[in-house]
Amino acid sequence: MTAPGDRGVVWPGSPPFPDAARDALDDTRLRANLKRATTVIRDKRLAVTAELDDWEALRTAGDAVKTRTLRHLDRHLLRLEESVTAAGGTVHWAADAAEANRIVTELVRATGEREVVKVKSMATQEIDLNEALAGAGITAYETDLAELIVQLGDDRPSHILVPAIHRNRTEVRDLFTERMGDWGQPAPEGLSDQPAELAEAARRHLREKFLRARVAVSGANFAVADTGTVVVVESEGNGRMCLTLPETLITVMGIEKVVPTWSDLEVFLQLLPRSSTGERMNPYTSTWTGTTESDGPSAFHLVLLDNGRTDTLADTVGRQALACIRCSACLNVCPVFERTGGHAYGSVYPGPIGAVLTPQLVGVGSDTKSSASSLPFASTLCGACYDACPVKIDIPKLLVRLRASAVRAKRRRGRLPGAEALAMKAAATVLDSPALLTAAQKAASLGGRALARGGRIGKLPGPGSLGAWSADRDTPAPPAESFRTWWRKNREGR
Amino acid sequence: MRVALFITCFNDTMFPGTGRAVVTVLERLGHTVEFPMEQTCCGQMHVNTGYPADAAPLVTRFARAFGEYDAVVTPSASCAGLVRDHHPVLAEEYGSPGLRRLVAELAPRVHEFTEFLTDVLGVTDVGARFPHHVTYHPTCHSLRGLRLGDRPQRLLRAVEDLDLVELPSAESCCGFGGTFAVKNSATSGAMLADKVEAVLGTEAEVLCTADNSCLMHIGGGLSRQGAAVRTMHLAEILATVEGVRT
Repeated sequence: MTAPGDRGVVWPGSPPFPDAARDALDDTRLRANLKRATTVIRDKRLAVTAELDDWEALRTAGDAVKTRTLRHLDRHLLRLEESVTAAGGTVHWAADAAEANRIVTELVRATGEREVVKVKSMATQEIDLNEALAGAGITAYETDLAELIVQLGDDRPSHILVPAIHRNRTEVRDLFTERMGDWGQPAPEGLSDQPAELAEAARRHLREKFLRARVAVSGANFAVADTGTVVVVESEGNGRMCLTLPETLITVMGIEKVVPTWSDLEVFLQLLPRSSTGERMNPYTSTWTGTTESDGPSAFHLVLLDNGRTDTLADTVGRQALACIRCSACLNVCPVFERTGGHAYGSVYPGPIGAVLTPQLVGVGSDTKSSASSLPFASTLCGACYDACPVKIDIPKLLVRLRASAVRAKRRRGRLPGAEALAMKAAATVLDSPALLTAAQKAASLGGRALARGGRIGKLPGPGSLGAWSADRDTPAPPAESFRTWWRKNREGR
Repeated sequence: MRVALFITCFNDTMFPGTGRAVVTVLERLGHTVEFPMEQTCCGQMHVNTGYPADAAPLVTRFARAFGEYDAVVTPSASCAGLVRDHHPVLAEEYGSPGLRRLVAELAPRVHEFTEFLTDVLGVTDVGARFPHHVTYHPTCHSLRGLRLGDRPQRLLRAVEDLDLVELPSAESCCGFGGTFAVKNSATSGAMLADKVEAVLGTEAEVLCTADNSCLMHIGGGLSRQGAAVRTMHLAEILATVEGVRT
């Protein structure tokens, strides 16, 4: 088992979610960008999922395939290794981020190249591969449009599918104009913020990199154990360029991405585009099996990444999070994400799925990771994510479970129980006794009514719970008489 | 059929009028309602905040208080959901085999108020009259937890002279989420602001829900803005006859 510190995933120094969220909420431009983007993509998804009679059956099938595969993950992975090797590829096993970075760096060094082109990949974001390569003097060029925007801005991704969702097109134009020249072909003079012009500028900037690159690094959406076929699903064609033009292809893939057979793919290739981009069919779906003589890369390396996944798999309930196909539907429907954006989560995996995946990958309550421990609480448990999830991950259930784990971890660390734990214990004692409850109701009624003006309790001073609650909300004065007192007086013995 | 009211600790303390309204409606429909005094709380706050072990004694208490009834009715979608979805899990983890059996048998007999009216009693017109413009916010636990569907709206449409006004973005969460409103008060406040704006846009006189917790949250936001919109639990509207609250 590796120490969580070697795993990446979270951004070091990120504040706990409530603090990071407060800063994000103050950014009115960010909130406007997010609201516009999530509303559009949410409506598109609803339209294309509603038109299928068998959408619910597809979700059930997706869930079933993932559940079944995870149960025998070891077997499917060995089968995948066998198939990839037989097809001319080389399989590497990486226990954590540090090992994966070391493997990829050595593979690139062995080619003698100093630069690589990249297909958008969550796994390589998770392990901070670009930074590791840079440390070894190797430049990694992101070729997905949104990843390019993030890279040019020295920024961090804020969404799984649309990493630059926090930027609007005017910001993108400014970034292209200012930074493209530092990374290669500059943006054309007088670039406007029209999407077509921006796309053309990116195309010209990236084209020289595709044509020059001899090494590519990708992630994988799926890998078929039976045949050793790896699948990348993308929308811009940049992936196809990276996967076919270079001589060496290195794919970093989380171990949970394996599916047993091609027929399992059928389900996911229907679920994924409709859930992610709201499209009926994905524009560029690339599949390759090992190497093929005089066609595509002549060397193929598959790096299988654990990085906390085996620990996650050990929890028979929590392992549901490993079924995620990274569609982002849960982010787009989440009322919390819509307000705070992705950076507040302090992790490459933001939103509802990030709130259940991040703490499991790095370990709930590992004391240096206060941002990760705050994530299970970053939800109202409204359930919109569960309804949207194409593989039916019960995110609210996982959140509640992880909250209990976070509380237990905190208790293990502290010598004395915290204020919240004491309050919860006291509440449990009162609530387990009708007599104590009646007494507490009388006290609350007296206290609350003393604070109230015109039947309402307004803003209360102090930094504690009451101050936080009353900042935006009045509270009605408690009634003079509880229901049980009324019942006792009016109904009992009738 | 022996029917017991599970008032919930929150309604018991803060909104006794909702409990009286449930009793009024059920008695009007010819049923006798009992109120087991041993009842307290379902344990929702403890479960959802990460303290399931503290909720375990409450599961036992709930099962003992209500075990003998044919039906348990509660005017709270989130508490009904907690009992049905989490009590069996808690009993499995912390309880004896006897408790597990009791909880497994009892959980399906626990009904949210609108479910009980429409599904168990088969009634949509409960003989209410409420001549006002009303808008309805489907709380997350009634909408996506219990899947109440249009049961609340069917009941409201059957109320004489009630004008049901549609709430824009009704399915969006109001931002309450129990201790979320305290732990993440800024984010909760931002969600609340949007919900308040939507409610004000309807120009309804009354906002109603099937959960007083969310209703208190939205009502607290409306009140802070000095808005004149009244908040009423759906049961209180159904209890009203001729525009006079009972």
